[in-house]
Amino acid sequence: MTDVTQQTGTYEARMGDYFALMKPRVMQLVVFTALVGLLVAPVPVHPFIGFVGILCIAVGAGASGALNMWWDADIDAVMTRTRSRPIPSGRVQPGEALGIGLALSGFSVILLGLATNLLAAGLLAFTIFFYAVIYSMWLKRSTPQNIVIGGAAGAFPPMVGWAVATGGIAPESILMFALIFMWTPPHFWALALFVKSDYGNADVPMLTETHGRGVTRNHILGYTIALVPVALGIAFTSIGGPVYLAVALLLNGWFLKGAVDIWRRDDTDSEADSHATEKRVFKISLYYLFGHFGALLFEAVLRTNGLGGW
Amino acid sequence: MAIKVEHELHKRRLDRNVGVGLLLASFVVIVLVLTVVKVQGLGDIREMERFDHVARPALEEAATRAQEEGTE
Repeated sequence: MTDVTQQTGTYEARMGDYFALMKPRVMQLVVFTALVGLLVAPVPVHPFIGFVGILCIAVGAGASGALNMWWDADIDAVMTRTRSRPIPSGRVQPGEALGIGLALSGFSVILLGLATNLLAAGLLAFTIFFYAVIYSMWLKRSTPQNIVIGGAAGAFPPMVGWAVATGGIAPESILMFALIFMWTPPHFWALALFVKSDYGNADVPMLTETHGRGVTRNHILGYTIALVPVALGIAFTSIGGPVYLAVALLLNGWFLKGAVDIWRRDDTDSEADSHATEKRVFKISLYYLFGHFGALLFEAVLRTNGLGGW
Repeated sequence: MAIKVEHELHKRRLDRNVGVGLLLASFVVIVLVLTVVKVQGLGDIREMERFDHVARPALEEAATRAQEEGTE
């Protein structure tokens, strides 16, 4: 019997299957926000060191994604949205995902420490730990507040980017963290409102399942209101300015209106139009985050040309 | 008779091997360029050599200045 026929029982992964383990779509957001955190910092960084810093943050995020997929393979297999991921679909073995996740975690943290500074490396290590252990292994399956606290993992990248440039933590980097942290709950709950059955089937205690969809609608509105002062507050720091303020006012008005629309509806309205408002607000939430960070980047470009700021 | 690829499995293996090869090559390039950037960032390399574990009197500032003046 040849080597080939012996091994056809187990699928051998393509490179793309390993790449899919790293959640490339989440990585886009991580790279963008980390890059903004790096570029708006008041300390210039050598372009190549900046590039390596962002690469390490992206690889670290990918590593935590791989660890998350390894741990959550059982629930991923149940949910429609995640059923085709590399592990439940059989394209990657769980042990491979664990190995890749651990190896890339170590690699990204060590290289970031050598290329930039220990604070940035420490923050990246903590981010990976927070996402893989605190969120994935602990909070996700135990509390409906999972995404509220777990959202911190996705909020760290701009802080790490800032630390790459400055070697420190500042009110500006904390506010960028707070912006993503406060944005995560309404963003994910809007998603949970139109993929409700999935989380229930997987026994993941999303707020929609544990407290009902009405409570979730209230929470979306509450968190969106709490998000507004954070988003507007950044405008009055050293990284903000009139352009950012204008963009923030527009986006917050838009997002807030969407949250009010969700709050005013009930399940009957929602089912009647196939969750059109919930889907719209989910989309708005994406524009919201990219818009704010894009405006911060624009302010930084203006400042380097002697414009922008107050 | 030449050996032919018998199975789709070989394509996947090739894809993976090429991917790993490219990643390793990229890593080498990154470390190389990073080293160049870091060393250039040190400024005057003699500042490093002067404290290279062993005293190097010939590289002390006064000696360097005298050497430069002597050669002019």
